[in-house]
Order: sequence, then C-alpha cells, then structure tokens
Amino acid sequence: MPTTCDWENSVLKRSIENLGNRTLQGVWRIGFAARFFVAVLLHSGTAFRRFGLTIREMYFTGVLSLIIILVSGLFVGMVLGLQGYETLQTYGAEEALGILVALSLVRELGPVVAALLFASRAGSAITAEIGLMKATEQLSAMEMMAVDPIARVVAPRFWAGVISMPLLAALFSAMGIFGGYLVGVQLIGVDEGAFWSQMKSAVDLERDILNGVIKSVVFGVAITTIALFEGYDAPPTAEGVSGATTRTVVTSSLAVLALDFVLTAFMFRGFN
Amino acid sequence: MHNDNLVEIEDVEFGYGDRPVLKGVNLTARRGQVIAIMGSSGCGKTTLLRLIGGQIKPGRGTVRVAGESLGELDRAGLYRLRRKMGMLFQFGALFTDISVFDNVAFQLREHTDLPEDAIRDLVLMKLHAVGLRGAAQLMPAELSGGMARRVALARAIALEPMLVMYDEPFAGLDPISLGITGNLIRRLTDTLGLTSLVVTHDVQESLKIVDYIYFVSEGVIVAEGTAAEIRASDLPYVHQFVHGEADGPVPFHYPAPSYADDLRLGKQRA
Repeated sequence: MPTTCDWENSVLKRSIENLGNRTLQGVWRIGFAARFFVAVLLHSGTAFRRFGLTIREMYFTGVLSLIIILVSGLFVGMVLGLQGYETLQTYGAEEALGILVALSLVRELGPVVAALLFASRAGSAITAEIGLMKATEQLSAMEMMAVDPIARVVAPRFWAGVISMPLLAALFSAMGIFGGYLVGVQLIGVDEGAFWSQMKSAVDLERDILNGVIKSVVFGVAITTIALFEGYDAPPTAEGVSGATTRTVVTSSLAVLALDFVLTAFMFRGFN
Repeated sequence: MHNDNLVEIEDVEFGYGDRPVLKGVNLTARRGQVIAIMGSSGCGKTTLLRLIGGQIKPGRGTVRVAGESLGELDRAGLYRLRRKMGMLFQFGALFTDISVFDNVAFQLREHTDLPEDAIRDLVLMKLHAVGLRGAAQLMPAELSGGMARRVALARAIALEPMLVMYDEPFAGLDPISLGITGNLIRRLTDTLGLTSLVVTHDVQESLKIVDYIYFVSEGVIVAEGTAAEIRASDLPYVHQFVHGEADGPVPFHYPAPSYADDLRLGKQRA
C-alpha cells in the first residue's frame, strides 16, 4: 500500500499538478488575450485618425504577402481544375467545372487557405516584430515618451491585418479561378462559354461571395489578435520570441480551421 | 512655495512577487543636479527608475515628481507628467524601423503640431548637441553602441524635459565613448537646466560628473554623499565598491554549503 510519502513524490501527483497548472495558465492567457483584444478596440482611434500608420502596416502585412497568396491561389485553382474535370467527366458534367472551381474557392479554399498562408507569412512576422520591440525595450521607451504602444504600434497592425485579409482572400480566389480556367479551358478543352456562364449563374453574391468575405474578415481578426497578443506577451528573450512566433502559427491555424467549421455551419446549414 | 526637490521618494517598498527588491528607500533629487544611483547588479537601481517613471507602482511609500504623487495620477495624468521626463535605456531602445532623424523627431510629431520645417530644425539641433548631426539619415542598425546611446539621448531631450533618467549609460562603451557620454550628461544638464538621474556602476566615470550619489544595497540606501564624501568614505561597502575589491561586504562566493562538505572531504566515497 503506498504511503503518504510515496504519494507526495509520485509521478502521478506531479503529472496531475502539471496538468492543472497548464490548464490554469491556459485559462489565464485566454482571459488576458480577451482583455488585450478589448484594449486594442478601445485604442483604435489613432489607427483611423492617422490612417497613414495603418496603410504603412498594410504594406508589410498585405502587399508583402501578395506573392505567396497569388502563386498559391494559381496552383490551387489549377489542381482544382484537374481534379474537378476528372470527377465531373465521369458523370458527363465537365461543363460544370466553372461552378466547382468558383464555389470551392469563394466559399472555402479562398478564405481558409489564404488565412493559413497569412498566418504563416504575416502573423509570424507581426509576433516576431512586436516581441523583439518588447525585448529591446522599444515598447517601454514609447511608454516613457507618453505614447501608448497599444494605440501607436498594436492597433494600426490590427486594422491593417483585418483590412488586408479579405483582400488577400479575394485575390487568392480570383487567381484560383484563373488557374482553373487555364487548366480546364485552355489545357483540357472545356467549353469556355459554359465555364464562365455556369459559374456566373451558380455563384450567388450574398450566399457565396459575401459569406466568403465575412469568413475572411473573422479570420483576419483572429489571426492578427493572436499574432499581436503573442508578441506583446512574449518573454523578452530570444527563446521567448521564438516560442511566441511558433505559437502564433499553430494557434492561429487551428483557430482558422475551427472558426471555418463554425461559420460554415451557420452560413450554409443555418441550423434550421 | 517653490520646492527645490524635483524627485522625492519616501519610504518606498517594492517587490516582484514574494521577492522584495526595495525595503524602505528614501531619496531626493534637487533640480539642476546630476544624481547617481549606484549599487551592484540586481540591487534595485533600475527598479527605482521604473518607479519614478510610473511604469510600476510601489507596494508602500510615495514617489513624487515635480510635486505630483505618481500613485494618485490616472493614466492621462501619468502621460502628461511623462512628457516632462526623458529616459535613456541601457542600449538606447531606438526604434529600429525608422532613421536616426525620425527617432529624434518621434516625440515632436506625436505631441506637438509643429510644422515639419520646424521639426527638422529642432531635430538637427538636438543631434548637433550630441555630435551626430551628420548621422541623421542613418538607420539605428548602422550605429555603434556609443552612437546609438547618443541618439537616444538626443531623443530623450527632444521635448526639453525637466528630468532625464539614464539606465546604465556607460555599460559596454569604449573609453572615448564613455568620456563623451559622461560629458554630455553633465553639459546637457547644465545648459538645459535639467535634473539627471544616472543609474550606474561605473564609479570612476560617475564621480567625475555627478553632484550627489546614493548607494543601494539589498533594497536600502546604505550610503549617500557628494563625490568627495564618497571617495573619502570608510564604510566597508562603499570602500569595496569604489575600489573594485573582489571580496568584502559583497562576498565573492555565492551562498553555498561548506566547501569541504561539497567535496565530501573526510567521508568515504561510494
């Protein structure tokens, strides 16, 4: 029978303590992140009054992400064209390729894949930049100069991310449709008129495009909040910033996928 | 009544978690003086600066700057007071994504409505005062450590504050940069009518330029006086610090069990 002493030193007890500690820390961090998000919203005045600050950040988060978004969109669309044609021709419905490519991209792949790429490209950069600004006391220096870092540094980056994300998703979808057209129409020989006209008649502005835009805005909010919070909360060491950058990519990617499921359920099933 | 003391710290206690850092500190800084706060690493010197800057609040006691108690100020009040303070961080803390010019112009653009022409002239004047007018268009990554600190000093005095705080301004500098930085602190204090608080452990450089010195050890002020009084002090801690002796009240060895026990002398080894 185990004695009290055995229990005090047991691996099981340490594991339970460890699990409890991690859970508590996780709950604390979610609370801090929520407070951080509210603080960013409350201090957003500067980001709009001096919109040049936000535009400058849109260049870093949006414009510099263009290459990876456009190239990825093109290839995803080309693969969709190939795979879609293979499946559709089985049922003699290859002229519906335009619908398949457009709906897949506008509803799902555009917002989700663009968001995952955005999290990897821009989210990690935001976390590393804010984390290093903290580690090198630039944020403290700003506070000592009576300039609020949340208003001056964080909020413009937040709104730049939120504005850039739907634009990047739209460009991803447009490039993907072009890729699908290249493969389906130009390479395989699907009828061009059918490709475009069926796409035009099947894609609904509100149900498909607007929902896709809403998704990408929500993803933009989630990714930039996570990226900014991780950077702002990072321990001011090389190891701390490195860990925060990794957490940004992992957490925001998972958040995008989970949010996508929830949003899709509401938008296209409506629970009714 | 005009108060001659710009900074007044009364019976201040502060700790990080359960670890006490300051245990009842009293300190005053008179207007127009260069005050040094000295002590070994980790004794709470930088914590004192952060308390004066209002970045942290004391657990007990009061910190007053220009007659205003920092504990009673709201965020807006604290930011208003900080516009009258400058701070030089240990490694400059320059904004690395903007040029030297833009770093010095930062506060002018944030807090004033001055036209860009006037900002340009003011920035060049501040950079000229620290000898770096020619480096205005360089990026912080292109500066040496000493130059970065001088730019940070120009940035700290951009709004002509009444108080400038320096966190280890001499750390890691070559002898020339060290002399330049020391002279700049003294000269700018005198010409701009500032009050300077210098946290440092560089005894020899500090004694040349400061008016008054506080020694902090284990969370309390253990000695204070003018440079001449400190040089002549026979207090064991001050003597050890000023002469850089390896052992004394601050022991060479980190607390440890008996050396003989650690080496298991006199015991049979397994």
